[in-house]
Amino acid sequence: MARRDTLPPIAEPVIKRRFLPRIELADLRFAPTLAAICLAVIVIGALLAPVIAPFDPIAMNPMERLAGASATHPFGTDAYGRDVFSRTLYGARVSLIVGIGAALVAVLIGLPLGLISGFFRWLDAILMRIMDGLMAIPSVLLAIAIVSLAGSSLWTVLIAITIPEIPRVVRLVRSVVLSAREEPYVEAAIAVGSSLPKIMWRHLTPNTIAPLIVQGTYVCASAILTEAILSFLGAGIGTETPSWGNIMSEGRLYFQLKPSLIFWPGLFLSLAILSINILGDTARDVMDPRLGKKREA
Amino acid sequence: MSDHAHPAAASTGDVLVVEDLVVTTRGREPAPILDGISLRVGAGETVCLVGESGSGKSVTSLATMGLLPKGALTARSGRILVEGEDVLTASSARLRQLRATRMSMIFQEPMTALNPVMTVESQLEEVLSAHASMSTADRRTRIRDILSLVHLPDVERMCRSYPHQLSGGQRQRVMIAMALVLEPRLLIADEPTTALDVTTQKQILKLIREIQERLGTSVLFITHDMGVVADIADRVYVMRAGEIVESGPIQAILTAPTKPYTRNLLTAVPALRPRDARPAASREIVLETSALGMTYSQGSLFRKREGTVAAMDVNLILGRGRTLGIVGESGSGKSTVARCVMRLIEPTAGSIRLRGSDISGLSRRALRPWRKRIQMIFQDPNRSLNPRLTVGDSITEGPINYGTPPREAREQAKTLLELVGLPKDAIDRHPHQFSGGQRQRIAIARALAMEPDVLVADEAVSALDVSVQAQVLDLLDDIQARLGVALLFITHDLRVAAQICDEVVVMQRGRVVEYGPTAEVLGNPREAYTRELIDAAPGRYWDFPNFRPLPGAAGFRDTTVPA
Repeated sequence: MARRDTLPPIAEPVIKRRFLPRIELADLRFAPTLAAICLAVIVIGALLAPVIAPFDPIAMNPMERLAGASATHPFGTDAYGRDVFSRTLYGARVSLIVGIGAALVAVLIGLPLGLISGFFRWLDAILMRIMDGLMAIPSVLLAIAIVSLAGSSLWTVLIAITIPEIPRVVRLVRSVVLSAREEPYVEAAIAVGSSLPKIMWRHLTPNTIAPLIVQGTYVCASAILTEAILSFLGAGIGTETPSWGNIMSEGRLYFQLKPSLIFWPGLFLSLAILSINILGDTARDVMDPRLGKKREA
Repeated sequence: MSDHAHPAAASTGDVLVVEDLVVTTRGREPAPILDGISLRVGAGETVCLVGESGSGKSVTSLATMGLLPKGALTARSGRILVEGEDVLTASSARLRQLRATRMSMIFQEPMTALNPVMTVESQLEEVLSAHASMSTADRRTRIRDILSLVHLPDVERMCRSYPHQLSGGQRQRVMIAMALVLEPRLLIADEPTTALDVTTQKQILKLIREIQERLGTSVLFITHDMGVVADIADRVYVMRAGEIVESGPIQAILTAPTKPYTRNLLTAVPALRPRDARPAASREIVLETSALGMTYSQGSLFRKREGTVAAMDVNLILGRGRTLGIVGESGSGKSTVARCVMRLIEPTAGSIRLRGSDISGLSRRALRPWRKRIQMIFQDPNRSLNPRLTVGDSITEGPINYGTPPREAREQAKTLLELVGLPKDAIDRHPHQFSGGQRQRIAIARALAMEPDVLVADEAVSALDVSVQAQVLDLLDDIQARLGVALLFITHDLRVAAQICDEVVVMQRGRVVEYGPTAEVLGNPREAYTRELIDAAPGRYWDFPNFRPLPGAAGFRDTTVPA
């Protein structure tokens, strides 16, 4: 047809495959990139704390109490002469363990409960009322109660923080299952005689993964914050283990004299939570097609 | 009237002239969506744009309305003249004016096109106050006039109603009223009756015709249904892959199509004439329901209330290798019966006997061996295959459940893929790599993998283009002949039912209205409702595959353009 020539010629797309995609700086989105770098620095610092930290985080040195920032003590020292930089690095370990641990445990417990709740209507009412009850308890109060009953350790703190997060995961999984179970492919699986566990694992669970990753980051951030609050209130991990919360709690007494005692752990805490939340938001944008923003303008 | 060649200069009487319109996708490598199409719509004329999915017919209408999705599509060249004014170069403010006063559009799904939280009156009022300076009293009168023009009953009540309180047909009438309230010269109707039942479709088509004659509106009617085209068009443009393949007056297109594509499109339309009776190969009854009923209860906590009857007293008998059709409009209970028979929902009354054994009361565990015997093909092949699983995984899931070793099941799946007309290597691909028709073939292969006695096809070809539909129907027929499987075929489309069914059940409001051999039920219906359904089938006086009117029919519409 003669009309064909009205179209601009279309260049054959040149596709080169590389083993590693070369990252173009201009293609990166600013906030998520910065958040990822920030979080990576904190994670590496926490992992390599024994190597990087110049001092033992709990070794006291009465000669150098409340020293200012210097080459030996970049963040100064606290009232017992302990190096704040080393303590902040080690504190990151507690925060990350609690944050990632809470997210994993909440998902591991919440996913099966949510699947069951979404699939069996008769169980749904009972389970969801229990979850409503759990959600009604203020998380910090619950944590204080559990810690005061069971004694303070990393594990009790982790459990205390995780329990109130579970209902949120259950509700999320349930809502995904409620819509996915109506899909014809689930009915088709029933028709070919697939067992219930198989239907749940093969056809329903994959739908929950993307929203769970997003929810997991929020759980992680909120767990880190709750742990810091508990430590600050003295209901968290014992003072023998440095955590951002109890570094700040101890620094509070000398706050007016040496603001840096609270500033540095506080800064790390804020940056960690902000980074995780930004990454979570980005994950949501990318994975949720309804909110998905197209990269191409 | 010959208009195969379009004069470049618009004749003065034309309401819409599209010249060499090229629409492409945006981005670095623009792909053509419309490849230089030209068409025109004369004053008071009904022009049909017919084509299969992806042919670009909807893009044409959106471009005309100036509604091309901004980020995705762009008009590269050409002109769209609405009463001489170019839409492509108009400012967005001007476009807004044009849209209500010169041209307006009605869509396929009236529920989503209407605002659910506004009454009918306030929606019409909004249109009027935005574009016409009228007093409140004038607007009130105008709204009532236009609602009675579209034959809505009890206009005062309609004015106060919200969209969800109306039926599908009433909603589409409201949409038409909204489109016509400012008396535009051009009405674009994009598949306006596709979501409606045939009887409602007939009324809406009649309404559009009537309004057009009263107001002299020109109509650009977009449809995939040749039956509808035969009923309403003055002239037809056949589109395929962004190009206009053929155009001409309706009579010329239907009786003497020149292009092979148009011929294929017409021959693919199933005839309304029932298939020739087939002798029953076997006397064995594979599926039988007696007094099957399904009532959805709405009882509150303490009070028992009357439930909604979805199906009641349904008695069916399906013999080995036979095809039984269930036809009816939406809400007639045909899908409920299918889902009860599949035990996807629990019937509240009656029994289902599969090869003589009652399966209606069996527990999940006891039902397991029987599941194998009866399989289902769903309406929407996009949703009936898990998008995350490969084709092979989907097909072998059933056999593996029943103990076939995975390797053997995979081999069997390959054979089945060939049986349904797909290449063997399709097995490792994912559903999104296939077209709708191919996906439906995969779904058929999955059902066949279980070696069932009964296949339940719930609107299995309704979502497919007419040519693909014909292929899938042929495939089902072929499989039945080869494997002797019985088919329970649920459809709203009488043409499809006539093509494939040995016996037909007509259902209305959950009850069986008529039941008998296809030739009798469709050829010589006893019940008024069946006759009504047949009468409403679009293009029923036309024998599409043979390019002629049906003998004894009243002939087709007068094609002269009303002044």
